[in-house]
Amino acid sequence: MNKQDTTYLDQLEAEAIYILREVAGQFEKPALLFSGGKDSITLVRLAEKAFRPGKFPFPLVHIDTGHNFPETITYRDEMISRIGEKLIVGYVQDSIDQGKVIEQTGKNASRNALQTVTLLDTITENKFDACIGGARRDEEKARAKERIFSVRDEFGQWDPKRQRPELWNIYNGRIHKGENVRVFPISNWTELDVWNYIRREKIELPSIYFAHEREVITRNGQLMAAAEFLNIDHEDHIERKKVRFRTVGDMTCTAAVESHADQIDDIIEEIRISKISERGARMDDKVSEAAMEDRKKGGYF
Amino acid sequence: MIKYLKLQWKTVRRGAIFNMDLLKFFTAGSVDDGKSTLIGRLLYDSGSILADQLEALQQSNRKNDDGTIDLAILTDGLKAEREQGITIDVAYKYFQTDRRKFIIADTPGHIQYTRNMVTGASNSDLAIILVDARNGVVEQTIRHSFLVSLLELKHVVVCINKMDMVAYSEDVFNSIKEAYSEIAVKLNLKEVTFIPVSALKGDNIVNKSDKISWYSGKSLLDHLETIEVNEAVLSHQARMPVQWVIRPQTDELHDYRGYAGRVLSGSFHVNDKITVLPSGIHSEISKIETNFIEQDEAQSGMSVTLHLKDNIDIGRGDILVNSSHEPLVSQEIEADLCWMDTRPLDSSIMYLIQHNSKVTKCKIREILHKVNINTLEKIQTDTFQLNDIGRIVLKTAEPLAFDFYQNNKLNGGAILIDPRTNLTVGALMFRANAGY
Repeated sequence: MNKQDTTYLDQLEAEAIYILREVAGQFEKPALLFSGGKDSITLVRLAEKAFRPGKFPFPLVHIDTGHNFPETITYRDEMISRIGEKLIVGYVQDSIDQGKVIEQTGKNASRNALQTVTLLDTITENKFDACIGGARRDEEKARAKERIFSVRDEFGQWDPKRQRPELWNIYNGRIHKGENVRVFPISNWTELDVWNYIRREKIELPSIYFAHEREVITRNGQLMAAAEFLNIDHEDHIERKKVRFRTVGDMTCTAAVESHADQIDDIIEEIRISKISERGARMDDKVSEAAMEDRKKGGYF
Repeated sequence: MIKYLKLQWKTVRRGAIFNMDLLKFFTAGSVDDGKSTLIGRLLYDSGSILADQLEALQQSNRKNDDGTIDLAILTDGLKAEREQGITIDVAYKYFQTDRRKFIIADTPGHIQYTRNMVTGASNSDLAIILVDARNGVVEQTIRHSFLVSLLELKHVVVCINKMDMVAYSEDVFNSIKEAYSEIAVKLNLKEVTFIPVSALKGDNIVNKSDKISWYSGKSLLDHLETIEVNEAVLSHQARMPVQWVIRPQTDELHDYRGYAGRVLSGSFHVNDKITVLPSGIHSEISKIETNFIEQDEAQSGMSVTLHLKDNIDIGRGDILVNSSHEPLVSQEIEADLCWMDTRPLDSSIMYLIQHNSKVTKCKIREILHKVNINTLEKIQTDTFQLNDIGRIVLKTAEPLAFDFYQNNKLNGGAILIDPRTNLTVGALMFRANAGY
């Protein structure tokens, strides 16, 4: 590529658009998994670039744990009405009510693990054959080996030993009935790339990404939003702090960092000098070194 | 005044980021050559390891003999690999410096992982080949270099590693360089750079080593940061496979019909004469759109939407090319094949071939030979086993519009799919033969 005319952000963008169009061309019923986080918001912008002035050839799918940051839901609904695309919501509460999953108990209970079941049910119900996600290879070392097109069996499982080789820019999306493919168009982006892209494209984000005053508690050395879902008791000390969130997940497993970065330029500077990689602020990875690999095998995003 | 300075600094930094480009490279070598240590060293010395990764690294019980951190752990991904202490797949690693952004395809070097190396190499602009200074050029070096030549990587860096184990000897370096140069000639590798390094000690990886004063060249990172790689854009062959047709079919956009795809090579301009293949219909470009706006030019690598002056039937699987440099169109194609499946090649069944957005059935008409990739000898065979590489002739159900791999990688490469399993079973590189 010509160094004078294109930069690496243009290259990453062009690759992601190419991948999204391959999904449109190769699958019957794809879907875009939308979490309300910055990575899936970036995917929506890329989909606009790939398919406008036409409609998206897929709906957006949100797996709602019921423990979301309210700011995320507000953002999601405003965005959907702006872009005029279809949204399908799968509720973890429904899976609990149907007895398909049992809610964790105890102080550190989280619905994060339960959403895998809701996701798989939503895929089966809607007969989705491809699900586009915002995972990146730089997030975690098990993800470094993830394919762009990652085939899951009918149980949603990922088998690292049966991955298809991906040569040049050719993605093989052929599957048997019941299987589906997870597609990761921004695999080659880093956290900083996503932020630089958001700045360049002037993409709006949910307000929790920016520094704000919030009541927080400290759990296992991490700052957590003081929400009712966290089973706060007399041992927890609620403080008011200026914080922001680096990722947006379920309130029970997404930790905040103390920050005064309330503008995107400040966030980018903070990340640049930061010494904690993004997933360090997700408690679900702390469990064991192989935590991510185990969850991926079970069908997690 | 202070505020002003801060603002200016930010602007400069931002400029630096947006003008940076991307270099994809792959590393061939085995655990014993110190490949993972070399990558770990690149990441570590360039400040690309974050605190929590470093913490996990320090907590791990794998240490070098002298008690320092084993940097190789940084590139091991999967549990099974950690247990076995080997890399069994392609792991992608990312880092950036002020000058460039890098994607490393880290592939295992053992012969049973040839297919992984082929995959890593297909996605790279440059190859790093590791040679152990104590052993010099060995069978594995020839095998890795053959793969680099097969995949037509134009830029090769031979890192002669473990220089600390041979007392940083210039003579050792020179004799390996000489031996390798003979292989490079044989394999038609044109641009080869030799760098004496010690990944373990950090010599000449990021920083120039004061122990190797006889070496006047660049450190590995310096070389990677400054090398020029931009072949596809210089090509005269403008190629864009159609991935998707955008047809909003709304009242305002009733006649809108845009052909969405990514330019593989060369460039398209408004008013260019184009040919649609394989049908052979001619037209001209009326409009180019990208980034929601109209452009005059669609360059190599860009994802664009092209509009034509004539209303013709075009869909996924067709390719738009400039009429002045059309590719070949044929149903019989000679190709190098790397077999990637545990189930051997079966010439009696029909496979699927995927060439960009086109998928069609195909048969193996003839197996010309396979190559002993350690000795480069050609062997007669009637089948291909996992990791075999050789030359075949294919017959496709529908014609393909292709270029030779040597001239145009993206329009000269394809994959074979086994319709019984849907697995990707072969990598194909289209080659010229006497028939064309």
